[in-house]
Amino acid sequence: MQDDVVLTMRGICKYFPGVKALENVDFTLRKGTIHALMGENGAGKSTLIKVLTGVYPMDGGEIRIDGVEDAIVIRSPQDAQSYGISTVYQEITLCPNLTVAENMFIGRSPKGRVDWKQMEKRSGELLQKLGIPARPRQQLGNCSLAVQQMVAIARAVDTDCKVLILDEPTSSLDDKEVEMLFTLMRQLKESGVGIIFVTHFLEQVYAVSDQITVLRNGQLVGEYEVRELPQVKLVEKMIGKDLEDLSSIKKKESDAGEEFYGAQGLSSSESRPFDFHIGKGEVNGFTGLLGSGRSESVRAIFGADPVTGGTVKVNGKKVKIAKPLDAMKQGIGYLPEDRKRDGIIADLSVRENIILALQVIKGIRHPISRAKAEEFADEYIKALAIKTASSDTPVGSLSGGNQQKVILARWLLTHPQYLILDEPTRGIDVGTKTEIQKLVLQLAEEGKSITFISSEIEEMLRTCSRLIVMRDRNIVGELKGEELTQERVMRTIAGGGE
Amino acid sequence: MKKAKASKFFAKNSQLLIPLIAILLLVIFNLLRDPSFFSIGISANNRGDPVLQGNLVSILNGASELVILSMGMTLVTAAAGGQDISVGALAAIAGSVFVKVLKGGEVTGPMVLVAFLACCAVAMVFGAFNGSLVSFFRIQPMIATLILFTCGRSIAYWINGGATPTLESPIINAIGSFIPGIPIPTPILIVIVMGILFGLAFRFTTLSLYVQTVGINQGAARLNGVNTVGIKLLSFVILGVCCAVAGMIGVSRLGLINHETLLINIEMDAILAVAIGGNNLGGGKFKLLGSVLGAYAIQMLTITLYAMKVPSTDVKAYKAVVIIILVAMGSPVVKNNMSRFWKKFKRNHPAGEKEVA
Amino acid sequence: MKSISGNGTLRRREPLTDSQLLLFITIGIFAVMYVLAMIILGGGYLKPQMLFDLLNDNAYLIIISCGLTMVMITGSIDISVGGVTALVAMVGVMILNGNISLFNGIISTLGLSEEWRIVFALLTALLIGLAFGAVQGFLIAHLQIQPFIITLAGMFFARGMITIVSVDPQKAPQELMDILQTRIEIPWLGSSNNRGVSIPARMEIGVVIALVILVLVFFLLRRRKLGRCFYAVGGNQQSALMLGVNVRKTRFMAHLLSGLLSGVAGFVFMMHTGAGNATNATAAEMNAIASSIIGGTLLTGGVGSVVGTFFGVLTLSTIKSIVTTSGLRDPWWQSITTGAMLCLFILLQSVVLMRRNRAKDTIKERGKKET
Repeated sequence: MQDDVVLTMRGICKYFPGVKALENVDFTLRKGTIHALMGENGAGKSTLIKVLTGVYPMDGGEIRIDGVEDAIVIRSPQDAQSYGISTVYQEITLCPNLTVAENMFIGRSPKGRVDWKQMEKRSGELLQKLGIPARPRQQLGNCSLAVQQMVAIARAVDTDCKVLILDEPTSSLDDKEVEMLFTLMRQLKESGVGIIFVTHFLEQVYAVSDQITVLRNGQLVGEYEVRELPQVKLVEKMIGKDLEDLSSIKKKESDAGEEFYGAQGLSSSESRPFDFHIGKGEVNGFTGLLGSGRSESVRAIFGADPVTGGTVKVNGKKVKIAKPLDAMKQGIGYLPEDRKRDGIIADLSVRENIILALQVIKGIRHPISRAKAEEFADEYIKALAIKTASSDTPVGSLSGGNQQKVILARWLLTHPQYLILDEPTRGIDVGTKTEIQKLVLQLAEEGKSITFISSEIEEMLRTCSRLIVMRDRNIVGELKGEELTQERVMRTIAGGGE
Repeated sequence: MKKAKASKFFAKNSQLLIPLIAILLLVIFNLLRDPSFFSIGISANNRGDPVLQGNLVSILNGASELVILSMGMTLVTAAAGGQDISVGALAAIAGSVFVKVLKGGEVTGPMVLVAFLACCAVAMVFGAFNGSLVSFFRIQPMIATLILFTCGRSIAYWINGGATPTLESPIINAIGSFIPGIPIPTPILIVIVMGILFGLAFRFTTLSLYVQTVGINQGAARLNGVNTVGIKLLSFVILGVCCAVAGMIGVSRLGLINHETLLINIEMDAILAVAIGGNNLGGGKFKLLGSVLGAYAIQMLTITLYAMKVPSTDVKAYKAVVIIILVAMGSPVVKNNMSRFWKKFKRNHPAGEKEVA
Repeated sequence: MKSISGNGTLRRREPLTDSQLLLFITIGIFAVMYVLAMIILGGGYLKPQMLFDLLNDNAYLIIISCGLTMVMITGSIDISVGGVTALVAMVGVMILNGNISLFNGIISTLGLSEEWRIVFALLTALLIGLAFGAVQGFLIAHLQIQPFIITLAGMFFARGMITIVSVDPQKAPQELMDILQTRIEIPWLGSSNNRGVSIPARMEIGVVIALVILVLVFFLLRRRKLGRCFYAVGGNQQSALMLGVNVRKTRFMAHLLSGLLSGVAGFVFMMHTGAGNATNATAAEMNAIASSIIGGTLLTGGVGSVVGTFFGVLTLSTIKSIVTTSGLRDPWWQSITTGAMLCLFILLQSVVLMRRNRAKDTIKERGKKET
């Protein structure tokens, strides 16, 4: 092991049923550097981190850390911590019922006694030093998410760590907070800590990182010095060369037909009032940064959150959509952003998952017969090429892409007039992404209305004929036709001049 | 691939395995112990009608209330992800209402029907009370039903003004023991009727699908238009009806209502039946048949212990041991270790063959 | 750097944590209730002895509830506590009255005095409690079986064992009971009876044990790492694991301690009654759960305090005593009012819980948004 290297991972493999999450991945971290780990959704970044922190046992490979002679085995987060590997996860893994100070110190001291005074004093100092606006004795659950995130970082920083992993730490922070985090990261770097920085934001990578390791589909693409890798190249490495296939996607450029759905001043408990309409055969999209309110807006259209106001017209007739069932009865379908939490019924079979929405529309007294259900399921398993052992397989055991297809099938079966797809391509393989985009355009061809949301602007540009741009929970622009260029979208999202 | 299929098949049907193994072990044990344990005979009861008798009959008969309650408990468990611990108390309330209505006058057929409907209605109201605490106020089922568990039997006592009135009528006798001319105990027939009703409900409504959907992923269920609050409430109301039926049987067996002892501790047995039936006590997928088999297994264990001259008060201790062994067998950790062991064994096995070759 | 510190706006008074809020509600309700009882019912409630009687009768319940509170804070449950208490009381009494020959043998071979029986009874009590706690803790924490089922089986086992040990009720010999039932007299809290003779307030040793345990558990929960781990595990098991808490050990310890305290409670119960009976401590587990809930412990875990539980026991027993003294002599009123009070507290908590959940949901929502 070289002198300046603090961590090496060699030939790491991790398999899940039906998925090779990591295959033969190498990773090297040097002292006093910030090393960005990049890749698209599903590339294996999170899995690599979880292997490193002992959340998943690895199926192959070895990990070495500075100061330990042999390859180490990390069985649990405690193990990782004892080797000096600290992690701040993207989902906050603190206890909301404890105080800020406790969250910073619990599970760290081998001592049996808890010295509150000392603990509160030390955490107070640390919070002050890092400029975190929290008080030691505050209950963590009462802090804002950004503050909770910072507390987690403060905790990680305070443990005597050699390797600090920041898994998407900036996603819930605003610009100022991000800048503060970067200051902190540079400060730590100076002190010799190796930092693994996982993020989606390209600019942030270029702002702080020294090296970049790119993963794609669970495999290592390569390790690069930031200086030597221009942004365009990085994107190329992340996306790979599947662009050819994607070029076959051709969107309809004609104007939309008559209006199918229109809302005025629609608002829900989670979204501010907004106006929105969509025509028959139109594909439009909501775009904006995370937390811009794009998902909340489409949830309001579907009645997923309690609707608080506004008038809605479907096919020119005024209707009331207060809950999902109302929307479904109007021929609206909604594929939710978080497939695991809001989409699939994991333990139920593919068949039951597919017929669910149609069944609900039919009502509790009109069950779909087993034979009919099997017919439906087989039809869509074939049509969407869902890879499953049978229609009886629990949907939870399918891969992410196939789960997504099952949910798509669920809505297609209801023959919706208007389909809202929130991040349908998230966390699934490129092939399926392409299929889904093609399907969207095909549905539009048939005269269905589609609202399509994706974090990847490219995808939206390929499929949507109109983009609604949101910022800070408000609609700030609408782009169509010639305006639909990546640059223009970015500018509208960012707002202001330049 | 083949292996995956096989394991999936195993996973799908393994649910019934534990209650079946339990019953099988008990059968074997009893056959070894005393082959005449399962003999069924026909004898005349005190009214001279020929009736079936024997341990098997008394197992099926004695388990009736438990089976009915565990069916309802399965639904509640699946939908609400928790258990109702007030079923015994609620059955006592229902039984009290049943007696109260009949006590007013002559016991006639229509009056029994009225009494039954009345106790059903009362039990449904209490079920809805539990259900609304769980669904509207999002209180854990065990806590919500702790209220009725605490005071239900006292309410039952209060309904009959502190008395333990008796009922004497051939109709009540017919419900509790035998209908003249039919050699099968009536409670068994009632269980069959309840089973058919549940079957019809699952066949002609989407209840089963909805309950499982709500139990597995409430958020997704809501986004797919399922009325999650309504389904939970409904499952508690259905359990209420089950309590009413069980209460009625219990009262009719003895011809009196004793609020303290009627179906005492049955909530524990019902929850056990659900668990032994392989249903996840955290909700989600369920198999009614599993719970039914679980209930019969429990009753069989009880009767076996009685047949072994174990005093009724001691039965609990033996039951506890059997239960712990059963659930430990079903524990995910034990299962994982077993399957790991199995895999290792398999891996070693073909390796050995190769060496031979 | 400076621009981000919104310290100015955030420097307000520390809001109550959920635990504190629920605790204050409980203490408040108890105080109001007791004062109302003093005013309306007067009589006994004006004498301190009333309070001591409540304590004397419920010392064992306080001990059980302390254990149960710890278990509930970790998000688990222990239903076996009542059964274990009753079993320990039965075995203890039988050691005292010489119905277990093993101990007779030990005492006669070692030539120990009869008083040693008390020591053996205590040791056996602790041992039985520990055994129950250890087995249940292992099955729950290491085999990950649902606590409800395991401790339910534990309750069955304990209750069944009582009758296996002895079907007949047992009675401890008077001379040993005299030692055990030594009362601590507090003259300055006494009162004079109608003949003008002053009677000191009397407190049993069991109460002292209960209070000592209360203090110990309080410090365990507040000052020891293990105690804080109880809260962490109950707050969010996954997070606790990530924070480096040994979740298995923590859950095991909670059940072990609960078992141990049930053993102690059994001994205290025996000290109070001096009788072994199959129906001892009936429904104690439900009373303990109810006390903990009233005391502000959430069954979902992560929130609760033993001080609250102490007041929970007092509240529950005061309700019962008020119902009996206020002329509602029909036997059903006691538990009906208990049920109603329970309903009130549960609804109250659900509101607090919902508020917290809403906050959690928004955190989750926002947390989800990034990918």
